[in-house]
Amino acid sequence: MSTDPFRPWEDPQATPLIRFENVTKRFGAFVAVDNLSLDIYEKEFFALLGASGCGKTTLMRMLAGFEKPTEGRITLNGVDIAPIPVNKRDINMMFQSYALFPHLTVADNIAFGLKRSDMPKAEIAGRVDEMLNLVQLSQFAKRKPHQISGGQRQRVALARSLARNPKVLLLDEPLAALDKKLRQETQFELMDIQGKLGTTFMIVTHDQEEAMTVASRVAVMNAGVIKQIATPDAIYERPNSAYVADFIGEVNLIDGKVTSGTEKSCKIIWQGGTITAQPRAKLAKGTEVRYAIRPEKVVISASKPEATNAIKGKVLDIAYLGNISTYHVETDSGQIIKAQLTNVRRLSQRSFAWEDPVWLSWTETAGIVLTE
Amino acid sequence: MRRAFIISIPYLWLVALFLIPFAIVFKLSLSDPAVAIPPYVPTLDLSTGWTGFKDFLSQLDMENFIWLTEDNLYWKAYLSSVKIAFFSTVFTLLIGFPIAYGMAQAPKEWQATLMMLIILPFWTSFLIRVYAWMGILSNEGFLNQFLLWTGFISEPLQIINTNIAVYIGIVYTYLPFMVLPIYATLEKLDPSYLEAAEDLGCSRTSAFWSVTAPLSKPGVIAGCFLVFIPVVGEFVIPSLLGGSRTLMIGKVLWDEFFSNRDWPVASAVAVILLLILVIPIILFQKQQERAQEAES
Repeated sequence: MSTDPFRPWEDPQATPLIRFENVTKRFGAFVAVDNLSLDIYEKEFFALLGASGCGKTTLMRMLAGFEKPTEGRITLNGVDIAPIPVNKRDINMMFQSYALFPHLTVADNIAFGLKRSDMPKAEIAGRVDEMLNLVQLSQFAKRKPHQISGGQRQRVALARSLARNPKVLLLDEPLAALDKKLRQETQFELMDIQGKLGTTFMIVTHDQEEAMTVASRVAVMNAGVIKQIATPDAIYERPNSAYVADFIGEVNLIDGKVTSGTEKSCKIIWQGGTITAQPRAKLAKGTEVRYAIRPEKVVISASKPEATNAIKGKVLDIAYLGNISTYHVETDSGQIIKAQLTNVRRLSQRSFAWEDPVWLSWTETAGIVLTE
Repeated sequence: MRRAFIISIPYLWLVALFLIPFAIVFKLSLSDPAVAIPPYVPTLDLSTGWTGFKDFLSQLDMENFIWLTEDNLYWKAYLSSVKIAFFSTVFTLLIGFPIAYGMAQAPKEWQATLMMLIILPFWTSFLIRVYAWMGILSNEGFLNQFLLWTGFISEPLQIINTNIAVYIGIVYTYLPFMVLPIYATLEKLDPSYLEAAEDLGCSRTSAFWSVTAPLSKPGVIAGCFLVFIPVVGEFVIPSLLGGSRTLMIGKVLWDEFFSNRDWPVASAVAVILLLILVIPIILFQKQQERAQEAES
């Protein structure tokens, strides 16, 4: 399946660049990060994804050095970084507010870190030019931060944090302040720059689309714990828990009970009938499970289809999003299942309307059986 | 029309409370003293008509200003006032900045209380507070008694009626004017600037000098002007705490007005004082404008 050769996390020989080993961080009685272990490899674009307050920012700030772990240790290249102060760490951070120094020009902002490094004075100007070229802001070198646009400021902040050529770049919600169009463009720019430099990037975000787009691996965090670490496609297609399935994208979660099953196939009984699915392992009869199916994998048809899983219902609501429509279908037993259709035809010609009786169907491999 | 009306209100205010009084003082400075009520000539009598007005104008002259240049006392007093104001400003800054910095660093729930403590002295009359300093600094005052008691000194120090007492009084009185604007800028300072500076290789100290200090400049400048400008013309503190050798223009002005009853010379002193202060006031305005622009 994989054509991407860059999968160091699957290589047991590879040594991670950053290791979080049983790290706990408490603020008083509040546990922000709870006994968390995590390996990040060189050249990765690693995304920490979670709702606000899940501990992702604390995790990043511990790596930067602004917070100290209460328990556990963090190593960079095998060295425990606890005794190394912020200003001596080979890690730089791009702040959510960008934190560009308002009294300095764009060029001076980028040079700020270089002047405090062991780089010879003569080389600083050259490095600043190089960074300005990288983010395409050469003509704005003499401007002050308040004289450039939000998107340009974001790029100055990126250039400034990359200027010292850190081993790891931390990005704290780097695109949160930009509008949607610009954000999407900038996501590709970020990936481009990361690919060019080969620096390890760790991004903290609450925007799942952003994480999915840019990252080589995504860690979904909740309440100080990592729920799942996987590639974006694996997170989406094979979530390991109802929390992850629900957090990433839209999903129908159906509670049911296993009635019979082998390693390859199982039958789940729920209020609306029986579902045939492929479990990841053999499930004992009577196991309580949640069956997760993405709306785009549910097919709507007017007549009874030839499919493993099919249910009858009627259209309750239609959410028209332009390119796609989400149909909320009420099954005969009263559950609501969402199905998504691409609007290949114009709105006036669509096949289903409110209150229409329809059939929902999906294949045996479309959904996923979750036990947690 | 409505717009013109709204704009005219502050201008009317300025004309009534600044321009007209200044015109009166300026006219006084061109008059001659007289033993009369009011104690100067000429006075404008509109009933005499045009010839009376011409006669009135012809009696005005620059004599008082020439007199100011002939007597050493005045320029020495101006110079000494500016010097005292300058050093007071420096001392106030040296004491005020750490206070403002400490306030801005304090936990959020404490800041309102600290602010209150800075403003609290204003609730008592300024005069009473200066008198209180006389009680503290005099030869039999609390400070000397305390130092004698500790055995640090064997004879009381002469502090009252010296320039040191004047400096203490001025720094004490004007400290809030320094602390508040600096605190206002420091408090607004995004803490991520300092984090960014540290992240980019600064130590705590160098982050302070390369980020906090330059970014607090607008507050420091505002504080310095708010102290310097009124201190140049300060009268109460030098006359109560200072000695006979404390020369300040405010005191000279008072003496001219009330002891000599020479209103015209006193007015001339005031006009020159204003001219001296116009330069820093304009600089201050410019700075404020720039600070506002940078913020928007």
